[in-house]
Amino acid sequence: MIHWNSLADFLAMGGYGFYVWGSFGMTVLIMLIEPIAVARNRKITIARLKRQLRAETRNTAE
Amino acid sequence: MKDRFNLYRFASPATFYPLAGAMIPYFVAVSVVFGLAGLWLGMLVAPTDFQQGEGYRIIFIHVPASWMSMFIYLVMAFWAAIGLAFNTRLSGMMAQALAPTGALMAFLSLWTGALWGKPMWGAWWVWDARLTSELILLFLYIGYMALTAAIDDARRADKAGALLLLVGVVNVPIIYFSVKWWNTLHQGSSVNLAKSTMATTMLWGMLLMAMCFWMYSIAVAFMRVRTIMLERERNADWVKTLLAGGEK
Amino acid sequence: MFKIVSAVIGRDLKLAMRRQADIVSALFFFVIVVSLFPLGIGPEPDLLRKLAPGVLWVAALLATMLSLPRLFADDHRDGTLEQLALAPHPLGLVVTGKVIAHWLVSGLPLALIAPVLGIQFDLSADALVVLTGAILLGTPALSGIGAIGAALTLGLRGGGVLLSLLVLPLYIPVLIFGAGAVDATVSGLGGEGHLSLLAALTFASLGFAPWASAAALKIALE
Repeated sequence: MIHWNSLADFLAMGGYGFYVWGSFGMTVLIMLIEPIAVARNRKITIARLKRQLRAETRNTAE
Repeated sequence: MKDRFNLYRFASPATFYPLAGAMIPYFVAVSVVFGLAGLWLGMLVAPTDFQQGEGYRIIFIHVPASWMSMFIYLVMAFWAAIGLAFNTRLSGMMAQALAPTGALMAFLSLWTGALWGKPMWGAWWVWDARLTSELILLFLYIGYMALTAAIDDARRADKAGALLLLVGVVNVPIIYFSVKWWNTLHQGSSVNLAKSTMATTMLWGMLLMAMCFWMYSIAVAFMRVRTIMLERERNADWVKTLLAGGEK
Repeated sequence: MFKIVSAVIGRDLKLAMRRQADIVSALFFFVIVVSLFPLGIGPEPDLLRKLAPGVLWVAALLATMLSLPRLFADDHRDGTLEQLALAPHPLGLVVTGKVIAHWLVSGLPLALIAPVLGIQFDLSADALVVLTGAILLGTPALSGIGAIGAALTLGLRGGGVLLSLLVLPLYIPVLIFGAGAVDATVSGLGGEGHLSLLAALTFASLGFAPWASAAALKIALE
């Protein structure tokens, strides 16, 4: 079933390893960094909105 | 009758926010399953290509990324039309949430296109019709993101961006046709990045990876739109309740 | 309907005549940019002849871009644009008039100067004819499509650069067919196909762009 004879063959990709793994590597990079960036932005936004909310309620309470 | 009523409910950010949040883990899970299946077929099972050796395996990224970059643009244009026609806020938010993912897909398509082109055709960049059109699509994404970022008023940004998307989507076929024309006129030897007849495992690998990318895009777009919703609707009661209740 | 368009054209032309410096400087920008290319590439006639159509067209695109903000910005600043939007006539017709007036003071002069610059690149006589015709035929489309961008970016900071970012990708078909027409003439294949497609683009954009621009103006003026 599996096309490859050894791990070394798999990594070498018939000589095209740099190009194939360069492609998959960029994909993995993007699919890691993008969600992390979105999650981070969410945290920052929530923190900022909470701060603003606290400031507002403090102002209206006074 | 009940279904139609339910769908309109979710046009409200207050109802869509928890729904999107609940769905994200499922989309992630499905994406991982499709990805593993696609990689299994594409990287471990599919045979060597007769003409291109093992280098062809880049198509398992390149083609899904290209498809997604175009599909996401169409979906954004769809939400743009809905937003302009029905004046719904969520449509504009959804379009803005999709844009960065679409742009990254276009970039990935170009990146993998270059890595494919170098060993096959000897150059990091070949001006073939599809790569050139993909580059222009990336420009269209960047233009949309620049325009919406430059407008402070959220509703004006939504509407202006929506109009730009509709103008863009009408132009995409024109641009593609003109680039194809330009390409056939100027290419001596035909530089053809199209696949030759594909083995079934190759085709299935590609389709499964495309599904993986699609589910991933939905998951990320939903994550992004939730943050946009909190920001835009920050004065609404439901947001204030969420924030007060310790939303993370 | 025709009266509205001609009235707007008349007004815009009168206003443009008071600011002739703007028109002339855009024209000189065109000349300077075109002259930069041989300085950057080298004076070899064969190379320049091959590059000429593309260089002239790209410079024409950039020169048009420079003059686009003027389309709505002045009227917007003194409130005329809002009055025009509130008036009973369709805003699309007003924009059509503005686009035509814009072409008369930007695209038309470019087309008239282009053959002179083409001589600098040693283009043949029939190539020069086709070049002038193509620029005449294609620049109305540039004004039309550009109007959409100008309307979308009305009053925004970073306006000029943002405008270019939005509009230049949409200009690409005009560039391809415009430069292609001259290339085809030079290589003996005949530029008729390109010119007809260029004409189609111009008519299509003059038909649709004013209405898209009007919609964009309404969004910007809200």
